[in-house]
Amino acid sequence: MLTPLHKRLLNDYQRDFPLSPTPYQDIALELGVSESEVLAALSELKAKDVITRIGPVIPPNRIGASTLAAIAVPDTELEAVAQIISGYPEVNHNYEREHHFNLWFVVIAANTQHLAQVLADIELQTGYPVMSLPLLDDYFIDLSFKLDLQND
Amino acid sequence: MTDIDPRLLSAIQQGLPLSPRPYAELGAQLGLSESDVIAQLTNLKQSGLIKRLGVIVKHRQLGYLANAMVVWDIPDDLVQQIGQQISQLDFVNLCYRRPRQGSDWPYNLFCMIHGKSKDTVLQQLELLELACHTSAFPRQILFSKRCFKQRGAIYSQPKPEPVHG
Repeated sequence: MLTPLHKRLLNDYQRDFPLSPTPYQDIALELGVSESEVLAALSELKAKDVITRIGPVIPPNRIGASTLAAIAVPDTELEAVAQIISGYPEVNHNYEREHHFNLWFVVIAANTQHLAQVLADIELQTGYPVMSLPLLDDYFIDLSFKLDLQND
Repeated sequence: MTDIDPRLLSAIQQGLPLSPRPYAELGAQLGLSESDVIAQLTNLKQSGLIKRLGVIVKHRQLGYLANAMVVWDIPDDLVQQIGQQISQLDFVNLCYRRPRQGSDWPYNLFCMIHGKSKDTVLQQLELLELACHTSAFPRQILFSKRCFKQRGAIYSQPKPEPVHG
C-alpha cells in the first residue's frame, strides 16, 4: 500500500531534487512532515522495489555509447538466450516483446568500440544476429513520468 | 564553471545516500567538500549532462504493466515534426528516431507508452494517431511480455584496462 507521502515523493521528486546540503529536510518542509518521515518513506519505497534509487538520468550517448538492440529467437530458446544476454553487465534492459523480433535490450558501453565488441560477443554466444538501432534523435525533453496514483 | 570530477558521476549513479547530509557523505567518499559536490552537480544539470535528478521509479511495480513500444515508418522530411508532436503528449515518455534496417525493419520513429492495461495503451495510441496524423504510415505495436532485466542506466567512464567483451 502506498501512503499519501509515498505518492507525493514518487510524483513530485522525479526531477529537480533539491541540491542543498539538507535535501530531505527541504522536502520535509515542503510536504509538512519531518525529515525522518521522508527518509523512512524513501527507504520503504526502495524496499518495496518501487524506486531503484535517487539519482541522475543521463541522456543516451552523452557519456559512453549505447544502443537499442533486438534479436529474433525461436520461443523454445527464448529464455536461455535472454539469460545469456541479461548476464552482460553492459545490458540494462531486456524485455520480451510481441513481435518476430521478440527480445529487445539496451546495451551501454564505455565507447563505440566497446559497444561493438559486446554486440559481436552476444551474436557469438547466442548464435543469432543482433539488430542494432542506435539513437539518432531524442524528441523528448523531460524523462520524468507522470503517475496516475489516484486509484491505488 | 567548476571542473567535474568523473568519479562523482559514477558515485551518484549508485544512488544518493538516504541520510541527512547526503552530498557531504558522497563528498567524503571522494575527498570533495559538500559545497564542491553541490556545485558540480548543479553544473552537470545546467550543462544537460544530467537530464534530471530525482527518484527513479519502476513503473511495473506501480501497476503500469502494459508497456508498448510503437514504431512507425515516417518519411524523413516529416519525422522530426511528428516526433516533436508525439513527445508533447503526457502519456508518452520516450520518443526517438532510430535508423531503418532495410526490409527487416523499415521503422524509424519509436515511442514508448506505459499504461495500466493494454486497453488504456491502445486508447492512448488512438488519441496519438488523431493528434499527430500518423495513421497513414506503416506502424507496429510491440507490447512487452516478460521483463528479464530492468535497471536504471548506469554509465561507466572509459577504463584504460581491457573491458569484458
